[in-house]
Amino acid sequence: MRFGVVVFPGSNCDHDAWYAVSHNLGHQAEFIWHDSISLGKADAVILPGGFSYGDYLRCGAIAKFSPVMAAIKQFAQDGGLVLGICNGFQILVESGLLPGALLRNRQLRFVCRSVTLRVETTHTPFTSAATEGQLIKVPVAHGEGCYFADQRTLDALEAEDRVVMRYLDNPNGSLRDIAGICSEGRNVMGMMPHPERAADPLLGSTDGRIVLESMVRSLVATHA
Amino acid sequence: MSDLAPSELEKVRKILGREPNQTETGIFTVMWSEHCSYKSSRLHLKKLPTRSDRVLVGPGENAGIIDIGQGYAIAFKIESHNHPSFIEPFQGAATGVGGILRDIFTMGARPIAVLDAIRFGPLDDPECGDRNRRILEGVVEGISHYGNCFGVPTIGGETVFERCYNGNPLVNVFALGVFRHDEIFFGRASGIGNPVIYVGAKTGRDGIHGASMASAEFTEESKQKRPNVQVGDPFMEKLLLEACIEAMHTGAVVGIQDMGAAGLTCSTCEMGSRAETGVEIDLARVPQRESGMTPYEIMLSESQERMLLVAEKGREEEVFAVFRKWGLDAVTIGEVTGDGKLRVKDHGVVVAEIPNRELADEAPLYDRPHGVEPYRRAPIEAPAIPRSRDVNSDLLELLASGDLCSKRWIWQQYDQSVRTNTLQGPGGDAAIVRIKETGTSVAMSVDGNGRYCSLSPREGARLLVAECCRNLSAVGAMPVAATNNLNFGNPERPEIMAQLVEAIEGIAEACKHFETPITGGNVSLYNETLGEAIWPTPVMGIVGLLKTAPPVTIPFKGEGRAVMLLGGLGTVDETRFGGTQYAKVVLNKMWGLPPALDMDYEKRVHAAIREAIAQGLAESSHDVGDGGLAVALSESCADGIGASISLDTSLRPEFALFHEGPSRILVSTSRPEAIEKIARENNVECLRLGVTMKERLQIGHNSDTWIDSRVERLREVWENALENLLSPISVG
Repeated sequence: MRFGVVVFPGSNCDHDAWYAVSHNLGHQAEFIWHDSISLGKADAVILPGGFSYGDYLRCGAIAKFSPVMAAIKQFAQDGGLVLGICNGFQILVESGLLPGALLRNRQLRFVCRSVTLRVETTHTPFTSAATEGQLIKVPVAHGEGCYFADQRTLDALEAEDRVVMRYLDNPNGSLRDIAGICSEGRNVMGMMPHPERAADPLLGSTDGRIVLESMVRSLVATHA
Repeated sequence: MSDLAPSELEKVRKILGREPNQTETGIFTVMWSEHCSYKSSRLHLKKLPTRSDRVLVGPGENAGIIDIGQGYAIAFKIESHNHPSFIEPFQGAATGVGGILRDIFTMGARPIAVLDAIRFGPLDDPECGDRNRRILEGVVEGISHYGNCFGVPTIGGETVFERCYNGNPLVNVFALGVFRHDEIFFGRASGIGNPVIYVGAKTGRDGIHGASMASAEFTEESKQKRPNVQVGDPFMEKLLLEACIEAMHTGAVVGIQDMGAAGLTCSTCEMGSRAETGVEIDLARVPQRESGMTPYEIMLSESQERMLLVAEKGREEEVFAVFRKWGLDAVTIGEVTGDGKLRVKDHGVVVAEIPNRELADEAPLYDRPHGVEPYRRAPIEAPAIPRSRDVNSDLLELLASGDLCSKRWIWQQYDQSVRTNTLQGPGGDAAIVRIKETGTSVAMSVDGNGRYCSLSPREGARLLVAECCRNLSAVGAMPVAATNNLNFGNPERPEIMAQLVEAIEGIAEACKHFETPITGGNVSLYNETLGEAIWPTPVMGIVGLLKTAPPVTIPFKGEGRAVMLLGGLGTVDETRFGGTQYAKVVLNKMWGLPPALDMDYEKRVHAAIREAIAQGLAESSHDVGDGGLAVALSESCADGIGASISLDTSLRPEFALFHEGPSRILVSTSRPEAIEKIARENNVECLRLGVTMKERLQIGHNSDTWIDSRVERLREVWENALENLLSPISVG
């Protein structure tokens, strides 16, 4: 399978996502520059972590205007798999591909540590290889990861089984402990934790692979 | 601002053959400042060992470089940003990180690790506590802000609190990068006629004379110097990194240097001096953020995130294309000439003309008087040391103290895992990053101990080098090279100069002994506020190499394992106990000398632990350092496994538990005989202290129980102490 990893000028987890896909999973991964209007031959797209355009305004607020985002919106509309990690999640929210907002961490400080997540639903292409309720250990590293939405949106997300992962030990004050959500069509997911940092046995946890492996599995199914 | 001394001005007149104008005076002042010229320390820095088979580039370049095999190399250096961090903690620390990162990538290496050694006044200081907390929070946030956005993991260092840093905190930042041998670049303006290109952020009025500010003592007026502190933009730095590395790969770049201290002045004359060429620039072409800047201001600005590069004539467009892609300014501002001069024009009119070599390399060299005893305040003779009423509560007090408690509150604010190379992050004996391309890993240890060094600069410095090498060995790494940051007071005072000389000589002896040549570093003098100098605080950064493998970490891994002390219990007398954390925290006193070090023995202990780790025998490994054996044991219980320990010693309990004798490493293993065999082969002592067990840490002597505590209690105290110390403001 061929993954496209989008590179904004301030992306700094682009290489990590590329490495996890290509070296840890053994699939193809290619970088897509932010002013590209096409996603090439990518079967799935990853918006990696980082600071897209410096993020001095709001995280992801400028990225949504980049040429590549128009292509990604189209790709998502056509049912393509889009995974936004950390800054990628922020960009998806700013672009309107996912509901809600990511606010400054409640403690007002950047937080980087390993967190335990509970997989809330396996009915997504990002968690189909997991079991419901499975606990996975994945690092977070963000200053603005507090998931926020109004009550109605939160209720709807839950009713529609779109809360994909929750924190067991909420590191940022996210409402209802939400760590990751998916779109109505279930083909776009954003999550604050970094699965690509938990994909290599040397780094202490390979739990993050479940996300990438699920994506591969559903891509194989669609291509079959 | 420290002006040129009369003798220095005389030298300038001689070099120029005339009176310097204002711009030239500014240029000389900043280039000949202590910060840029090392005029007080250069003579003594020559004593440091700088060579080995692995050293590809030694001192004098932007960073040292060593070979790590398979065609790869690492560049690393440590640098201070002490004065700016006191005046404006957030930006001071942030730009400290930015500056050292540029030193690394200007050589062509991609930064893959940052470590920080930071020192503050005590957080509970009755007079300065509030300010110290604010400074710490600002410094940590600044490091976090810059490193996290740039995308380099911050994976270790140390945080120390002493009263002597009340008015003069220390922020020393170590950075390390990796590249292939054929990707190394130098700051050389070679090739007459080649264009000199300015890239990166625009020049503003910030940071003018920062280098000279950093070369003066603090006075009440220093607080007025906030405008001298630069403002950092880590996003710009990230763009600059990517663009520079991409530009280097075009093959069109001849030489490159960052504009750090002394900005455009330093980069132009140093690049010219190294290549024995001249550099001519026109300031009218320099991208400027503000209007109406004078040549003086443009030349001395320390605006951040700027680089100067020399390209091959005719290939400028290849360089420009890369910088356009990254949205950065890249402008030809001049060219390399054959006359060896730095010629600065403003709209075509010459405003400064100075020979490069004399400016960059012929700064005054001072042999400052130092024939006196190094300054010290503490007595040599030990006071009567009272018998401890309860060593259990002493241990808790130590675990809750600023120097020894967990620094998790700090390092959780740093991105430790970006780039997915971090095998061991903060909190270990040494930090480890893997090099994906080679199957080797690099371990790093950054350490200082002003307390030891104030008792004996020479012995303290030797202990530091030993400690760094021990930390590296404790994770299985072979120490190979070093960098140092010398933080001292005013060198014009002989008793301070004597500290500096003694410390340098101590570092030299130890670095020779442990075969870790110094490949570069930084000297920060005039660390004094209102006439009070900091303790002599050399900080070492030493790197080691090991095969990539899951790391051996500090905590015990399972019950029923043998707990061994490689190197033995060590010895101490009353005099050598005066620099310990016990003396500081429990007795609130300081005296005597630092712990005694036998460098031959120390080196054999290192060899033994490395061998034990290489054979896969050590389940856990931890250097016994500050706080002594009881603290090291408590830290080994951090994951919930305890131990039952019996000490066979004639020392009094306080000494046995808390003395800080070097050459000791705590190991847990299921194969004690094999480790004993290695110890015998290396001719070092190895004691079986006891076994690991559930939930409790017990330390006894014969039938006496000295320490008996639930592991959870120890952990709680150790984990929460820093947040409690900070809470007076973090609550509000």
